[in-house]
Amino acid sequence: MKMNGAEMLLESLKREKVSHIFGYPGGVVLPIFDALYKDPSLQVILTRHEQGAVHAAEGYARSTNTVGVVLVTSGPGATNTLTGLADANMDSIPLVVITGQVPTKMIGNDAFQEADIIGMSRSCTKHNFLVRKIADLPKIIKEAFYIARTGRPGPVLIDFPKDVILEKAEFHYPETVSIRSYNPTIQGNRWQIRKAAQAILKARKPVLYAGGGIISSGAHKELLELVNLANIPTTLTLMGLGAIPGDSPRFLGMLGMHGTYAANMAIHHADVLIAVGVRFDDRVTGKIAEFSPHSKVIHIDIDPTSIRKNFHVEVPIVGDAKTILKDLIEELREISGSEDAFRHFDPWVEQTHEWEKEHPLVYSFDKEVIKPQYVIEKIYQYTQGDCIVSTDVGQHQMWTAQFFKFISPNTWLTSGGLGTMGYGFPAAIGAQKAFPNKRVIAITGEGSFLMNVQELATVVSLDLPVKIVILNNQYLGMVRQWQEFFYGSRYSSSFIGQSPDFVKLAEAFGAAGLRATRPEQVEDVILDGFSRRGPVLMEFQVDPEENVFPMVPAGGSNIEMIFESPGEKDDPKKRDSILTA
Amino acid sequence: MSDVRKHYIQILVENRFGVLSRVAGLFSARGFNIDSLSVAPGIDPSVSQMTIETQGDDHVMEQIIKQLNKLIDVIKVVDLTEFSFLCRETILIRVNTTTRPGDREEAFRIVEIFRSKIVDSSPTTYTIEVTGDEDKIEAILNFLKPLGIKDVIRSGKVAIAREDQRASGKSSKPAVDGELSYPRS
Repeated sequence: MKMNGAEMLLESLKREKVSHIFGYPGGVVLPIFDALYKDPSLQVILTRHEQGAVHAAEGYARSTNTVGVVLVTSGPGATNTLTGLADANMDSIPLVVITGQVPTKMIGNDAFQEADIIGMSRSCTKHNFLVRKIADLPKIIKEAFYIARTGRPGPVLIDFPKDVILEKAEFHYPETVSIRSYNPTIQGNRWQIRKAAQAILKARKPVLYAGGGIISSGAHKELLELVNLANIPTTLTLMGLGAIPGDSPRFLGMLGMHGTYAANMAIHHADVLIAVGVRFDDRVTGKIAEFSPHSKVIHIDIDPTSIRKNFHVEVPIVGDAKTILKDLIEELREISGSEDAFRHFDPWVEQTHEWEKEHPLVYSFDKEVIKPQYVIEKIYQYTQGDCIVSTDVGQHQMWTAQFFKFISPNTWLTSGGLGTMGYGFPAAIGAQKAFPNKRVIAITGEGSFLMNVQELATVVSLDLPVKIVILNNQYLGMVRQWQEFFYGSRYSSSFIGQSPDFVKLAEAFGAAGLRATRPEQVEDVILDGFSRRGPVLMEFQVDPEENVFPMVPAGGSNIEMIFESPGEKDDPKKRDSILTA
Repeated sequence: MSDVRKHYIQILVENRFGVLSRVAGLFSARGFNIDSLSVAPGIDPSVSQMTIETQGDDHVMEQIIKQLNKLIDVIKVVDLTEFSFLCRETILIRVNTTTRPGDREEAFRIVEIFRSKIVDSSPTTYTIEVTGDEDKIEAILNFLKPLGIKDVIRSGKVAIAREDQRASGKSSKPAVDGELSYPRS
């Protein structure tokens, strides 16, 4: 049967088991939206900005471990997706983003709403395609989904000119896909896995350092099995939180710039470092020359370019984390003989517990002003971790990473690599769409929230019960913290106290708004807000000058952690009533 | 750190719209150098051959090879510097022949010595075509300099591994054996 390009697109998406499309209409994609109007089996989630659509698709993709789909128009519609594409590219989130394009004959003529999105998106996508002939479309869609979700996942953009959208052809969807120039390695090399197993057995002070690759690969069960079998203290990156339960006895917390003392000390003193699905990012390593200086490094990653990009590695293993961890566990079982073989790590495990006791995550509770960490703790206590949490970027993001214990994978949505303010709220929309009956919470700051505040209209119109928690400290908090520490407290452009009345703002959009200004109101607001069924915005007016600790100054060694503000030592009031988390 | 050395990389890519800018964009985005680049379709018209002349230490070269391999349209990457290989460049030189008496004859003699060709001639200039390796090209340019070189156009280098090594047809191996269980193509 002959179909036009728009119909073919929808049919192809259905073959890829797509059920939700995040998007925004416009001139050249009208035929596609018209086809969507006639076909109720594909649900369109209309956001209020194309950037919101991409972040929502990211939230959908991360929470479901499937490919998120976006459909936008040409020109500004397409360029508005760039931040989201760059975000997904850095955090390895699988997306297929379809942009309309002006008719083929007009490309290059500076036509109305024309943008060279293929050129612009080249460096922030895993791959991109321009559909030049309608007959190519099914194959392109098939390849786009395959590229997006396999290997190291990432965003793929398809640019679709208007004349091709309207062209008609016979529809044949390919059953299989094979790209001669793209064959990701899945199976790890046997000999390397054996070498890794031997190194682990010979170790005295091993540490597991795992990240987002565990989540993408679905390797959390294998990771936990390895942790339990081999009795290895484990730290997770920001992207990896939830890969093992946050309350697991071997879990040291997050590592890096705002990581725990125990995690950073363990990494520093380790003699074998098992890095899985991580890329030795600068926020993790601090001063690279002093990162884990005594260890033999085993690095497991599906992306060969991650290996030895910025850190030396003794045992590199390229492949899929799940497959390799399975093989590694088998190998360890075989050569160790019994689980007692790992009991000699006990003193080392004991040492990591000592570090945990020495400097736990703390903040000083205050009766007069709400501490942001207190809000996070209360949310955790209320939900017991049974929810999906997204964040924006900054102090609230770090406090959530520190004080919220993520129990399972795919429940933590955050912008790690790119650090995109404005990510969190739309990402929560995507997750809520995927899991209508699950509690989805967007924890944000007043600065970040305003970057995609228009999506309030989306949650209200779709009646999505997303719960928004704003930790309002009147500052761009992380910027202010750096200015306090490194720029002589000159708060240049970081004070944003003239925020809107967030309660009225929520109400103006048609959502419920609640506010807490004093510590004793926190629990009531949480209880009230979380028990309502529609979208609720909860504003917590928190201590304006609270800082995130511990902190490794940028470029510093990870063991040079700061635990208090430069002026704080002399303030006896602040030293009192230390509360442990 | 190892020394910065010159490398010739042969890349097989899909002969498709935009592939050249993907490769060039990769080099600029990651701060790698391109000293020369040549590209043309191969025997199989669906494939293009690129030769890139670049430089870097072992660490940089490892990243260049890996990053190139990561591009979806790249079929195969070979660092020819790991093999015995041939490298050639073609240049067109326009040289003055009337600056001093006898220059026209001198130019002719130099062309003979280097087994090159005069491909165009005007009353006051010759245009000379030379193909050769780097040493030969440098040498003829030095010989012709006193006559007054008006213009030089260079093709960029092309390179090929010697036959006995090509037969094995393997891609550049990873720096540590076994890092990849299945080297690409």
